[in-house]
Amino acid sequence: MKIKFILNGEKKTIETEPDQRVIDLLREDYNLTGTKDACGSGECGACTIMVNGETRLSCLMLVAQLEGCDITTIENIEKDQFLESVQKTFVEEGAVQCGFCTPGMILTAADMIHKKKILSTQDIREGISGNLCRCTGYQNIVAAIDVAAKKSGKVSGL
Amino acid sequence: MRPVLLPETIDGLWDIMDTYPDAMIYSGGTDLLLMMRKGIFNPPSLICLERLETLKCVSENDLEIAIGAVTTHTQLLNNNKICTHYPVLVKALKVLGSPHIRNMGTIGGNIMTASPAGDTLPALYVLGAEVELWSKKEKRKMLIDEFITGPGRTLIKPGEILGRILIPKSPLYNIHHYEKVGLRKAMACSVATFAAVLNLNENKRVDSIRMAWGSVGPCIKTIPEAESMLTSRQLTTEHLKKMADIVRKIVLPISDIRASETYRKQLAGNLVKRLIIYNYDEYKEAHGK
Repeated sequence: MKIKFILNGEKKTIETEPDQRVIDLLREDYNLTGTKDACGSGECGACTIMVNGETRLSCLMLVAQLEGCDITTIENIEKDQFLESVQKTFVEEGAVQCGFCTPGMILTAADMIHKKKILSTQDIREGISGNLCRCTGYQNIVAAIDVAAKKSGKVSGL
Repeated sequence: MRPVLLPETIDGLWDIMDTYPDAMIYSGGTDLLLMMRKGIFNPPSLICLERLETLKCVSENDLEIAIGAVTTHTQLLNNNKICTHYPVLVKALKVLGSPHIRNMGTIGGNIMTASPAGDTLPALYVLGAEVELWSKKEKRKMLIDEFITGPGRTLIKPGEILGRILIPKSPLYNIHHYEKVGLRKAMACSVATFAAVLNLNENKRVDSIRMAWGSVGPCIKTIPEAESMLTSRQLTTEHLKKMADIVRKIVLPISDIRASETYRKQLAGNLVKRLIIYNYDEYKEAHGK
């Protein structure tokens, strides 16, 4: 099956199996290994991507569903200054230990900051409730998102 | 290779269903794709409804609000009509899965999965929701509690899809209560859930009440006799204690990885008792006292 979609701003056409998982297409066919395959069941958020401006889990989507869609993965950090600034804040705030959850966390954080005018600590915690970090705790991640929100001009109550 | 079809119109859907009669139908995929990965289902083809715009809207008339079956949980949470009329449903949606799951999963999917732990179901039961089933030839409707007959089982017929969910606008309730007990706050399958809508008058007397429990039996549990016992009574700790004892005798939960049968029975009763703690404040707020 031939599928056309936009991947990180570039038009793509690929001949592929329609029932392949999106995460496998990204990692195997496009070598975009920033999107992580962990639980495979929608519980951990490591495979978070953006589809038409909304966060989605690429382990629970089939390639056929991508037809005509606009996809953003963590690799778009090369082109997207805002995404890059969120990543930098994560580094500065020590919000990364092993880094496995980080791509999903950064995309989720960027989406949250984009969509909401004011982010409270509670908003941030709820916002990342579908992204698991098993290294430490969430304190530095929440703090990093708060700082990133403030940098982008959004006030928060941390 | 397994074909995956994404119809964009209802007529297109019927044609595809004729061509692929053994296909399984999904929308968000948060349940079906997981089951397929576990090897529980292995359908020869799949039909994904997520591009059917006609099934993605919320509309209303004087009597009811109609929700298209493939409206996502996030879309419902952002919908003013739903937030205004059905706070109990909004409370259920807020504790369903995670933001990502709510972006993908749909209300129709939550109904068709027919899990005893489906988070929106107790809310839909107490609101008296009806399902509207569409086929190429006709549309028919029935109450949600008649439609769901067991875990994963519904009265849907081959050639039919769940088209819309119809929720009556009346009666109006001044208290909408929903509580979920899980092992953690997000992404947790429930140990038990409890939804209640009621009308309390100024004397704290119950004019009308509907209650439903999730995860304490094969289907969502309603107990009409318990509702009649509370009607016209004061909402007091004493009455609710009695009610809790009755509820514990009636529910039929199982023991599983999340909790034991005994624990769930105790919990089903305790959740009713908590009506007094949670909702009186809300009631006072609603009445400005």
